[in-house]
Amino acid sequence: MNMIASRYRINIRKDECVLCKRCVRECSFGAINFNSEKNTITLTHSKCVDCQRCAALCPREAIFITRNQNTYANNHLYTANTLNEIYRQSATGGVLLSSMGSGIGSVHIYFDHLLLNASQVTNPSIDPLREPMETITFLGRRPRHIERGKDGKLVDNLPPHIELSTPILFSAMSYGAISLNVHKALAKAALRLGTYYNCGEGGLHESLYEYATNTIVQVASGRFGVHERYLNSAAAIEIKIGQGAKPGIGGHLTGTKIIGDVSATRMVPEGIDAISPAPHHDIYSIEDLRQLVLSLKEATSYTKPVIVKVAAVHNIAPIASGIARSGADIIAIDGFRGGTGAAPMRIRDNVGLPIELAIAAVDQRLREEKIRNEISIIAGGGIRNSTDVVKAIALGADAVAIGSAALCALGCHICASCHTGNCAWGIATQRPELTNRLDPEEGADSLVNLVSAWTREIKEIMGGMGINSIEALRGNRLALRAVGLHEKELEILGVKYGGE
Amino acid sequence: MKTIDAFKLNEEELKQEIRNNQDIEVDNCLGQRYLGCALKEGNIKLVGTPGNGLAAYLDGASIYVKGNAQDAVADTMNGGLVAIEGNAGDALSYAMRGGKVYILGNAGYRAGVHMKAYKEKRSLLIIGGCTGSFLGEYLAGGTIIVLGLNCKPGMKLTGYFCANGMYAGKIYLRTDEKPVNLSDKLEFHKLDRDEKEEELRPLLEEYARIFHLNLEEILASDFSVIEADPQKSYKQIYAAV
Repeated sequence: MNMIASRYRINIRKDECVLCKRCVRECSFGAINFNSEKNTITLTHSKCVDCQRCAALCPREAIFITRNQNTYANNHLYTANTLNEIYRQSATGGVLLSSMGSGIGSVHIYFDHLLLNASQVTNPSIDPLREPMETITFLGRRPRHIERGKDGKLVDNLPPHIELSTPILFSAMSYGAISLNVHKALAKAALRLGTYYNCGEGGLHESLYEYATNTIVQVASGRFGVHERYLNSAAAIEIKIGQGAKPGIGGHLTGTKIIGDVSATRMVPEGIDAISPAPHHDIYSIEDLRQLVLSLKEATSYTKPVIVKVAAVHNIAPIASGIARSGADIIAIDGFRGGTGAAPMRIRDNVGLPIELAIAAVDQRLREEKIRNEISIIAGGGIRNSTDVVKAIALGADAVAIGSAALCALGCHICASCHTGNCAWGIATQRPELTNRLDPEEGADSLVNLVSAWTREIKEIMGGMGINSIEALRGNRLALRAVGLHEKELEILGVKYGGE
Repeated sequence: MKTIDAFKLNEEELKQEIRNNQDIEVDNCLGQRYLGCALKEGNIKLVGTPGNGLAAYLDGASIYVKGNAQDAVADTMNGGLVAIEGNAGDALSYAMRGGKVYILGNAGYRAGVHMKAYKEKRSLLIIGGCTGSFLGEYLAGGTIIVLGLNCKPGMKLTGYFCANGMYAGKIYLRTDEKPVNLSDKLEFHKLDRDEKEEELRPLLEEYARIFHLNLEEILASDFSVIEADPQKSYKQIYAAV
């Protein structure tokens, strides 16, 4: 007996269907099959994850997916999801595993409670089409003093930094979690946009070294594929301490996925599990972190900025202060809603802090300690559109990182089935017949379109406010007003209520 | 071979000298960090006590220390040789992938955590004395050998939680005594004569030669090996949502 009712129903309009079997070929979850004896399409609703691949590719638009209308007894405490989780665990004894970022509704999406300002009468707004509007963003440590040589000319004492044409980067996603074609699309797009993608902790594929100028390489607890050439090929190096979807949790890529190029890129033998220990076992303190930061700088002759990526957790402000003092140039904070290729569901949905609170708390703390200029902040974890970008920067971030939104540009429909390895869009899978579905060139075009569109919108929003550079927006909380939040939230966000 | 005096240089000048000279002896080392970081070639002799992070990301060079080393030696090392004629501190050879690290004396806590091997890269860590707790945790490949030479009476070769989470590679101990609280997911057995000759002798030859030790005497003792039991993996049970 299966107590779990199917989540979705696959509906095919019989009168529209021409039996072309496209949906059968496209469904990688085994939900749609063809019965050649009866010459009919057979559906296994329980296998459907609502990835929308069949619906999107049906030439007759004959397919639509609905929620299963079968309903459990109405109960606010024991909802259908809650019951299904109990049934699943009582049947298997297993830890619930899911993917993507947390989409639970009970935690505020603070971005949606923040409204932006605009200029009226007392200061002029700016038309970004006809007037200069600066979105170039520099990430890295700022020098404490201006130095002049004996000739009175400025001495270039700028520590290593990276320059972004727009304050948007692509988040770290590893080869193994996503396909090589996705990495290629991200790399090509980053190059064309004048920004950066991050190869994640699975090493850098040989074919991607040519995009080194736009690559951030990651050093995580597993140190997979980390060596001198890897470090020196990148524009910046990121030490991954944690990620928003699973703070405090290590990684485990099973041996079955460590094949071919994934094995070669991670530099681990085929078929053997790749474990990323939960902590770096050489980092148990800020002092230890400083040692890794400096040894990475030493290995790259102090030419590259070092980023430290942490999940937004309860003590994020003092942690960020420690990171700023560790010698790191940039801190990347990944919020509660950050995505992942696989995470225990309870961790994903219950651990960490929304990125909005984390940005505000960290920016405030670093300002109070007078070290805000010692470190740049990249904020990630649930950035969905250009206004999220603007609000994150106004709260105190220097730039934002997008992962899930970038994958959506490549076809992702947030069905949260990455952990199955069956991604029908060819993104979170290593199955060749599926990864072939994504063309890196077309993917790069979509990513360039998305980020360009957001950049246009950011310029328009800034212009409306009468601001003509990202620099002037950063930490400019007067550009924000809140609605529907209580006083403590306003205090932490450092934002006034609408009408104040 | 050029010889320089670390007392007469600041840390930056010292590192520059090491980077620029293939063969160099540095006297009076005293806590200077990150020496030999990511070096691809050269023979470096350090006299004294180099500081933390010695030979991090080492990529082919040879480093000989006449003295003790501190923490985080050979972090993420990829190739080359590090020989320390003394003791080493904590977090030795973390995530080391290739090359050899030879310690004549003792090592601290967390030695050889998450060492690996890949194709021709086979990391090898040999510790002449004893080690602290957490030796070889998460071992993912490569070989660790602990000899227990010249240890104080009553001192054990390894501390607590030896090889916890280990899933590949081998740890050889010059004893027939099982480490305390060894995980039941690991196999522990005594080596027979053939195993010692075929597996251990080739691994120890260079070590004995470098430190002028009598290999026959070392090999005359009992040895045991710890390996992961493939039947008992650490698999978490998941229920995909």
